[in-house]
Amino acid sequence: MNEPLVLGIETSCDETGIGIVRGTQLLANEVASSMDEHIRFGGVIPEIAARAHLEAFTPTLRKALDTAGVELRDVDAIAVTAGPGLAGALMVGLSAAKGLALAAGKPLYGVNHLVAHVAVALVEDDDDGSPLAPSTAALLVSGGHTEILRVGSLTDDMELLGSTIDDAAGEAYDKTARLLGLGYPGGPAIDAAARQGDPRAFRFPRGLTMPKFEGTAQSPGKHRHNWSFSGLKTAVARAAEQFEAQGLPVPVADLAASFQEAVVDVLTAKAVRACREHGLTSLLLGGGVAANSRLRELLAERCADAGIDLTVPPIPLCTDNGAMVAALGAQLVSAGAQASSLEIPADSSLPVDQILR
Amino acid sequence: MKCVDRYHGGVLLLSIDSSAGASAALIRDGEPLQVWHTEETTSHAEVLAPAVQRLLAQAGVTGEDLDGVVVGVGPGPFTGLRVGLALAHALAEAWGKPLQGICSLDSLALRATDAGIDGEFLVATDARRREVYWAQYVSDDAGSRLQRGPFVAAASELPDLPAVGAGLRLYAQDLRAAELGEDPSVWVPHAAELGQLATGALAGELHGVMCQPRPLYLRESDAQVPRQMRPGGAT
Ligand SMILES: [Zn+2]
Repeated sequence: MNEPLVLGIETSCDETGIGIVRGTQLLANEVASSMDEHIRFGGVIPEIAARAHLEAFTPTLRKALDTAGVELRDVDAIAVTAGPGLAGALMVGLSAAKGLALAAGKPLYGVNHLVAHVAVALVEDDDDGSPLAPSTAALLVSGGHTEILRVGSLTDDMELLGSTIDDAAGEAYDKTARLLGLGYPGGPAIDAAARQGDPRAFRFPRGLTMPKFEGTAQSPGKHRHNWSFSGLKTAVARAAEQFEAQGLPVPVADLAASFQEAVVDVLTAKAVRACREHGLTSLLLGGGVAANSRLRELLAERCADAGIDLTVPPIPLCTDNGAMVAALGAQLVSAGAQASSLEIPADSSLPVDQILR
Repeated sequence: MKCVDRYHGGVLLLSIDSSAGASAALIRDGEPLQVWHTEETTSHAEVLAPAVQRLLAQAGVTGEDLDGVVVGVGPGPFTGLRVGLALAHALAEAWGKPLQGICSLDSLALRATDAGIDGEFLVATDARRREVYWAQYVSDDAGSRLQRGPFVAAASELPDLPAVGAGLRLYAQDLRAAELGEDPSVWVPHAAELGQLATGALAGELHGVMCQPRPLYLRESDAQVPRQMRPGGAT
């Protein structure tokens, strides 16, 4: 069969993304973000995001079709993020996707957002996207999620190896940036401030690294491959308070650099160890925090040391977008997966091993 | 707003409302051809699209046959309301058909008029948070029309007029039911009536009924600007 032409819709958080691929070839990737409306709140407000998705849907769809130079009737399938994500936001994209599928008489594929982050690695501007290596892991880091996955097959074999048990890494950045007065979104703000600071000025906790949580490779503890970032913000706040109490200026750059080092150290150390212990020799980085310079640097270093082949897609494909959803949809169509029913719900906590609803 | 069943053009509309329950209807020449509704308020994202698909199949109608899509713009609970609007936008876009919005409360105003209400009256529906969505209408020799609204307010703040809609059941002490020979407190907006009104509007019999197909939220999102824990902490 020819490579399927798939339109993908993503509305799980604050980006309204519509992408179009033909197999692994990227034809369009239009994203409208409501980020500006969330800035004054210091975080994504679900109701504001959902309102913005509805406003942005039709204009973004038109742009994507225009960019790709195709019409809806040419498309072989409609793929949409069914979860995980913000329920009210997901429902806008899902309902619109059902409308397009119904009206145009196309099959609907309600897909897993996390798996779509992995599928985007296949996408290329030309039409010879590289297939996924056989023993692949994916590290997904964003404001909404933090996971390490084993990817056997994009269409039928995904396994969650570890995840955050509380805040997502991006969320920790946002909270810490807010308490340091660095603004929102926290990732770029802390990354920039950290460049002027000393990452060894403060020793902040690396969550879930005590032996009782980690165990050993032979007898792994419950949280060996899990992360926790909620204690970190408190530790930064305590450190800042001590300066204030003494009437001293708060060393924001040093705090930012030390915080970032703590996050990136524990993220990369656990991700690389999870790969090693599961015999995974390639690692794919995805999610918005993939834009963080220190994360990319340290992950590259540690992957090289461990003989792991690291892939980082271009940043516009790492952040939430419709092309990744279309890319996963195309894989599912090619694999002959059964299309979703028009009755599928938005599932805000869709588990990663459920690739298709 | 007049009764629209006197119009006999050749107009076929698909109408959708998800402002309280969810409903859909195919309206030919102002008459319901196929109708569907549910009183469920939490399953719109699951049930509405399949219901529309069934309606079209049962009537043997395709998107090409339609003259347009009509959608209730609320007011109503936001999440459910958006499901109907997102669906309607996508359908109209994919079919290349015009999309029109209508205030969902107009559905109950038409029902009250058809039930013989006379003079000024209120439509009041559940806005949650101890408030109602409401609008004031009048039905007289000149027909039936909106006087003011829609608004969101506590039921105790509404004018003392006979009312229809779920607000009656929730705030019996503040609102009095219109005497219509049936219980208007169980009335829920229905897409069929919105489709009938749209037919009248398209025929030029009704004015000021159609609106932009955008949700009537009437409330800001709940978001609070957090107090910066350390304003000016940056250096
Ligand atoms: Zn994401």
